[in-house]
Amino acid sequence: MAVYLRRLFCSSNMYGVSSDARHFGISYISEVRAIIGQVLLGVGMTVVVIASFLYVPAIPGFGATGETARIIVYHVPAAWIAVLAYLMSTVHSVAYLVTRDLSRDRRALVNAELGTVFCLLATITGAVWSRAAWGMYWNWDPRQTSIAVLLLIYAAYFVLRSALNDADRRARLSAVYATLAFVTVPFLAFVVPRVFPSLHPDLGAGGGRASAMSPEVLVVFLASLICFTGLYLWLQNIGVRLYHLQAMRLLKRGD
Amino acid sequence: MSWHRKCIAVLQKDMRLEFRTRYAFGALIMFAVTTLVAISFSLAGGIVDVDIAASLLWIIFFFSAMTGVSRAFVQEEETGSAIALKMAADSGPVFLGKFLFNAALLVGVAVLVVPLYLVMFNLSVALIGGFVATVFLGVVGLAAAGTILSALAAQSALKGSLLTVLSLPILLPLLIGATNATRTALSGGNINSMMTDLSMLIFYNGSVLAASLLLFEYVWCE
Repeated sequence: MAVYLRRLFCSSNMYGVSSDARHFGISYISEVRAIIGQVLLGVGMTVVVIASFLYVPAIPGFGATGETARIIVYHVPAAWIAVLAYLMSTVHSVAYLVTRDLSRDRRALVNAELGTVFCLLATITGAVWSRAAWGMYWNWDPRQTSIAVLLLIYAAYFVLRSALNDADRRARLSAVYATLAFVTVPFLAFVVPRVFPSLHPDLGAGGGRASAMSPEVLVVFLASLICFTGLYLWLQNIGVRLYHLQAMRLLKRGD
Repeated sequence: MSWHRKCIAVLQKDMRLEFRTRYAFGALIMFAVTTLVAISFSLAGGIVDVDIAASLLWIIFFFSAMTGVSRAFVQEEETGSAIALKMAADSGPVFLGKFLFNAALLVGVAVLVVPLYLVMFNLSVALIGGFVATVFLGVVGLAAAGTILSALAAQSALKGSLLTVLSLPILLPLLIGATNATRTALSGGNINSMMTDLSMLIFYNGSVLAASLLLFEYVWCE
């Protein structure tokens, strides 16, 4: 009986509508704040792009002259956002399995899409850099293997989603797949690059060739990280609102 | 019935079905043998490098496992017996029973196919114990990941063909580790690097099994 009552009261949440309500009731103040944020983001990105060409000096230790190493201003933040978005996608997938709230599924999907876009950017910039520094676009370096597997997993994730018609079943099964992938992928993404010798420079470890970053590079690099994170948050917000409106329209049609 | 008895009952049911029709086993064996013969034939008796031979073994295992493992849940959906099974047992015993069945199926296939593989490619095994352990652990890992993923694929519109797409990225760590270990076992490299690969296989199998036991409930119960 209690369960039945709960279902009755929670039925309005069946399409995950109420928990997205904050995206719907946009007040005047939050709109002004959003516009300020977008302007700041646009200015920041422009400054980073110009600075990466004109201000950042060559970084010795990368390639022959270090001229090509300026690409880290784009490559590393893109990879960071890819990892962050995939992580958030998994978090929302697990949250969907626990709460069965479809707005969580939409968030997982938006993050998976954004993660794939940034992962592609990281792969392409990495391949271009690899060509400039070592003469080959692709040679199955452990880092390249792990990023290729990440892309494959999310490609399979999107195929799985497209093969399921029912919204609840799609959300449930794709959440299970994303979680299962999250358990097995650390082998490739984090263990393999550290066990097998890789050409990829390690920025965090400190012992690598790249540990000495000059202050000019560091400033632009950190600014780029912040701007990329802002861009990610903005795109995520747009995606969530878009899928929310689509779900609302389906609801109105009585589907 | 207690938990482990339910699990054995599911295994027995699948075993009995399989002995009556020999559907999965026959398809699996024929798939593996056909691939093996096709490769051997196209090489026309040329000498195969150990590196290539090791990866060929796991490509054959991967694709034949995909044809056989998908059967376990697709058959339940096709005959409409999935609902009865859901009523009869919890998700845990069903998963373990199906996993044990798939593992037994693949080990059976490996016992028949591996000798044929060694004969056809004219290979000699340097580290027999390591080779047997690699094949066993690799095949069990294929069964573990294949079981939960085939349960996912069975609920979709594409069924069997989706399984390969879903499995490859998840199984890639296993395939890389197993191929490395097989290469070492065939060429007789140092045992230490082999132990690294074998312990990775054990760790992989353990984590996939643990995750599957936790997640299978969400796949199985609508």
